[in-house]
Amino acid sequence: MMNRRMINRRTMILASASALVAGTGRARGADVPLPFDNGQRPLVKYPGKRPMIGLTQRPPQLETPFAVFDAGALTPNDAFFVRYHLADIPLQIDPETFTLDVKGKVDRPLKLSLAELKKMPAAEIVAVNQCSGNGRGFFTPRVAGGQLGNGAMGNARWKGVPLKAVLEKAGVQAGARQVVFAGMDAPVADGTPDFAKALDLEHARGGEVMLAYGMNGQDLPFLNGYPLRLVVPGYYGTYWVKHLNEITVIDQVYDGFWMKTAYRIPDNDCNCVTPGTAPAATIPINRLKVRSFITNLADGATVKSGTVRIKGIAFDGGTGIRGVEISADGGQTWRPATLGKDLGAYSFRVWDIAVALAAGPHALKARATSNAGETQPLEPLWNPAGYLRNVVETVRVTAT
Amino acid sequence: MSKIAKITLALAAFAIPALAKPVTYLLPEETAAFKAGPDQELVQGNCSGCHSADYILTQPRGANFGKAFWQAEVTKMIKTYGAPVAEADVGRIVDYLTKATAPAG
Repeated sequence: MMNRRMINRRTMILASASALVAGTGRARGADVPLPFDNGQRPLVKYPGKRPMIGLTQRPPQLETPFAVFDAGALTPNDAFFVRYHLADIPLQIDPETFTLDVKGKVDRPLKLSLAELKKMPAAEIVAVNQCSGNGRGFFTPRVAGGQLGNGAMGNARWKGVPLKAVLEKAGVQAGARQVVFAGMDAPVADGTPDFAKALDLEHARGGEVMLAYGMNGQDLPFLNGYPLRLVVPGYYGTYWVKHLNEITVIDQVYDGFWMKTAYRIPDNDCNCVTPGTAPAATIPINRLKVRSFITNLADGATVKSGTVRIKGIAFDGGTGIRGVEISADGGQTWRPATLGKDLGAYSFRVWDIAVALAAGPHALKARATSNAGETQPLEPLWNPAGYLRNVVETVRVTAT
Repeated sequence: MSKIAKITLALAAFAIPALAKPVTYLLPEETAAFKAGPDQELVQGNCSGCHSADYILTQPRGANFGKAFWQAEVTKMIKTYGAPVAEADVGRIVDYLTKATAPAG
C-alpha cells in the first residue's frame, strides 16, 4: 500500500506527463460509440488482449466488444472483460514464490504454493462472470459509476481446485460463519478500504466455488487475476476476487466496506425501487439475474427481407435456461428459439431461430426463462447503484 | 555432440531458469487527461493519485450531474475512500469538475 508521500510523487509525475502531452494532442484508437449519452469510448490495445472498449486506464477497465459474443459460447481469454477497483494493481508476479494464505478460524493455517494447488485434484466448470454494473450506462435515470455497455460479461471454462477441498485441508473450526477473500491489488491512498469479499461458509464449502488457475485451457490472463482467482458460479463478478492470495475464515458476518456498504441491492422481491428513490433496506448483491441477448444483429442493422436467422445467448444464476422466446414485432407475439449445446447450468446457452421479416423496420426482442421459472422484465427495473440490469433488450433492424 | 545438439542443450539450460522468472505486465501509457482550464493542475493533483481522469470524464452528464452531484462525489472520495484532499480546495475542485463535465453547447 502506498503512503501519501508516494501519492504526491506519483501525482507530480502524472501532472508533468500530462503537461508534456497537452499541447501535442494524442493519437487515439477509433472510438466506439456506446448507445447512451457521453458513451464515446476508445478502442484500446493491452498486452494479451485484442482491441477492447476502454472504460478507464488506471486501474484498467476494459469491456468486450459485443460482436465477440456471437463467435461462440466461450469468451476468448484475449477478449474477456477487465474490471479493477483499486489502482495499485500487481504488475509483476512470480508463480514460483506466489502463495495463498488460508487462515483465521481453521485448525491448520496453510500457505499453499501454486504448484501445491495444482497438485490437488482439479475441477472444471463453465461459468459466466458478469460485472454487477454491466449495462449501467443504459439506466434511466442515469446513475453514477462505471458507464458500461453490455460487454462486461464473459463465459469461460475455469479450471482449479474446489474451495471446499482447501477448506477441508485447513480444517474449518466450529462456529465459523463466513470466508473472506482478498487479492494482491491494493488501494493507493491509506484511507481507501482494501478490496475483499465474503461468502457464507455453507456457500464457500458447497463444492462449486473454485480457486481457479486455468481459463479456457490456458493460465489466467494477467488482467483477469493471474495466477489465481475465485470463481463463484452463478454470482456477480464482484465476488470473483482476482490475484487471490488470502482466505480468512471468520466467526462473524464480514463488515468490510465492499460487503457492508458497496455492492448492495434493494432488499425486496424485485431488488428494485421507483427510479430516483432510495431503498429502505439493502442486502449484498448475489445471484445473476436471467438475461438474454441477440448477438448476430446489432441495433440499427440492415438485413435482407425474407427469412432472417437470429442468434444469441442466454444465462441465469445457475438453474440453467429453460427457454428463450423471440419477438419480431416489438413484444406483441413470441416464438420459442432452438437452444444450442448445454455446457452446464452456469454457462451461456446459445440459441437461434429463423424469422420472416417483411421489408421495413422491426423491433427484435429476446426473452429468456430460467429453469427456476424466472424471466426478464419488459420494462427495466431500477436501483440507485445501477446493478442487475436484465430487461428484455431490443435490437431495431430494417429489412430491405 | 553435434552443433545443433549443443545449441539445443544451451537453449534448454537458458529456458529452465527463464520459466521461473516473474511474470510481468506492462500497462500502456496513460493518456486520459483533464481538460485545460483554471485549476486543472489542482484537480490533476488531487484526483489522479488514485485514478485516471476518464473515471470522471465518462460519468453521465445533465441536470442530475451538476454541482450538487460533484460536491457529493468529492465528499465521498474524501470521507469514504480517504482521499487526502484539503478542505480549502474542495470548492475549486467541485467547480472545475462541474464545468469540465457539463454537456457541450
